[in-house]
Amino acid sequence: MGPIVAFFTRLYGPRGWLTLGGFIAVVLFVIPLLRLLPPEHSLHLSDYFVLLIGKIMCYAMVALAMDLIWGYAGILSLGHGLFFALGGYSMGMYLMREIGTEGQYRSHLPDYMVFLDWKEFPWYWAGSEYFWLAVLKVILVPGLLAFVFGWFAFRSRIKGVYFSIITQALTFAFMLLFFRNDTGFGGNNGFTDFKRILGFPLADPVTKTALFMITGLFLVLTLLACRYLVISKLGRVLAAIRDAEGRAMFSGYKTRDYKLFVWTLSAVMCGIAGALYVPQVGIINPSEMSPANSIEMAIWVAVGGRGTLVGPLFGAGLVNGAKSWFTVAFPDFWLYFLGCLFILATLFLPRGAIGLLDRLRRKT
Amino acid sequence: MTQTAEGTASSSGDTVGMAHMVRPGEVDISHGAILYVEGVTVSFDGFKALNKLSLAIDAGELRCIIGPNGAGKTTMMDVITGKTQPDAGTVFFGQTIDLLKMSEPEIAHAGIGRKFQKPTVFESHTVFENLELAMKMDKGVWSSLRYRISAEQRDRIAETLEHIQLESRAGIAAGLLSHGQKQWLEIGMLLMQDPKLLMLDEPVAGMTDAETERTAELFLSLAGRHSLIVVEHDMDFVSSIARKVTVLHEGRVLAEGPMDVIQNDERVIEVYLGR
Repeated sequence: MGPIVAFFTRLYGPRGWLTLGGFIAVVLFVIPLLRLLPPEHSLHLSDYFVLLIGKIMCYAMVALAMDLIWGYAGILSLGHGLFFALGGYSMGMYLMREIGTEGQYRSHLPDYMVFLDWKEFPWYWAGSEYFWLAVLKVILVPGLLAFVFGWFAFRSRIKGVYFSIITQALTFAFMLLFFRNDTGFGGNNGFTDFKRILGFPLADPVTKTALFMITGLFLVLTLLACRYLVISKLGRVLAAIRDAEGRAMFSGYKTRDYKLFVWTLSAVMCGIAGALYVPQVGIINPSEMSPANSIEMAIWVAVGGRGTLVGPLFGAGLVNGAKSWFTVAFPDFWLYFLGCLFILATLFLPRGAIGLLDRLRRKT
Repeated sequence: MTQTAEGTASSSGDTVGMAHMVRPGEVDISHGAILYVEGVTVSFDGFKALNKLSLAIDAGELRCIIGPNGAGKTTMMDVITGKTQPDAGTVFFGQTIDLLKMSEPEIAHAGIGRKFQKPTVFESHTVFENLELAMKMDKGVWSSLRYRISAEQRDRIAETLEHIQLESRAGIAAGLLSHGQKQWLEIGMLLMQDPKLLMLDEPVAGMTDAETERTAELFLSLAGRHSLIVVEHDMDFVSSIARKVTVLHEGRVLAEGPMDVIQNDERVIEVYLGR
């Protein structure tokens, strides 16, 4: 018992665990219970609400992954949308197979393949009907791509803005590739019209609630994993690399290994977030890989407060909450607002919303 | 001095006693020298920063290296620590370790510590954490993830803190230290690595006279247990610690010998001291 308690108390203090416990209670009990109320009831939570919060929790996982590499290791990726999308596509392939022969053309092939006059699945679709293989791909596809890319980039000592630009180019190149019909992933329409997951119909409110709860659970696990990492000596080495890489190298740390490890881990976290996102939202297409999406991810972290883990969680919630309201109320001004937010956060809130809260608390 | 440094001294004594029995991973100093630099040439766009530079450092020696700006002092350190690959020449650590085939972290791990010209510490970490990060141990990713500090390691850090006179500052961020204190912290970090050879680039730059004096004492106490290479512009400091001085000029050794001989060498006076 002792070592286990010690393990948990090292991660967070009593207040931290209380907050986290509160969050878990709301996601796993309160919201599901409120969902059971009849639709007429004033406290009933709509599908829209659950979808919005579910989406934001996926984005929050991405924000954590971004904070790990940017906030702690000082590597700014402007291509994390790619890993998110690859996780999403990996899950999407399985969901497409779950449609079975219920598509428009009543074929065992997805509609777009029938439309392209393909007679069978391309080789890389082999095994896509198995859920366990989809789970494996969700982890391995973004992980392997990040590993190979990182291996070359860090070996060549590409850093700073050059690294950021290359990640941006990488996601852009993949977007163009996925836009092509003959790539075999549905071109610009991507995957949609999913029917069920593991046999459960996706339109069923119970399935929706279950996906929501699983997402919440994964978000908590991701947060705890990140927290474990950053309070370990590994976290201190990452910050050391961020602040003075030369000194870290001359202290005997193979900084390339460290960067590669955290970079790959971050990509895998993004992939998992993407895989949880797709069955809830019901669509994945190449626009998820657009450079603007990846830049937005960096903004969540900057607005929330880099290098704090909790900050980026708030950042993702804050920016996406604002986005869902803005895009309805003033659809034309959303991008201007986002740009202003980024500039203001950079100029006046170098430590983000969390830094602002800290300052206010100290004043009172 | 710290216990570990004494341990190093006695183990290197064994190596000398055993003549040619070389244990893998240990520096073989059976011929008395710890570092050999031979015929090293480095050119940047045709400019020869180092021109067939050769020198040898004895185990336990404190060597000062002086020379006018652009003489190649920093480039020499870059080559020895693996930052720059030379166009020609060889660099050996002891009799057996070829430094040109190794990366910076490998060279650091083999036992060469380097202090930069500008004090470089991990500014957002505390003084204690800086020393902890530098401490000699397995520095792989997995062992860092699972690392827990031991009582022994705490003691070692405490000893070093005392040695560099920063005990009272252990808990504050290194970025808040004064310039001189940062220099000392960086030297402390090198000591935590338990290096056999210390390379110090302008260690007293920006220090007050009192700090400089204390630094000189520290270096003299280190010599014998560690080998030291000190690159310095401050002539008073050099004459206060130097036993043997090497003068670099235009990428090669111009003169080498005791400080008083060097000070009277006409060529040296012409290129450096006289101006």
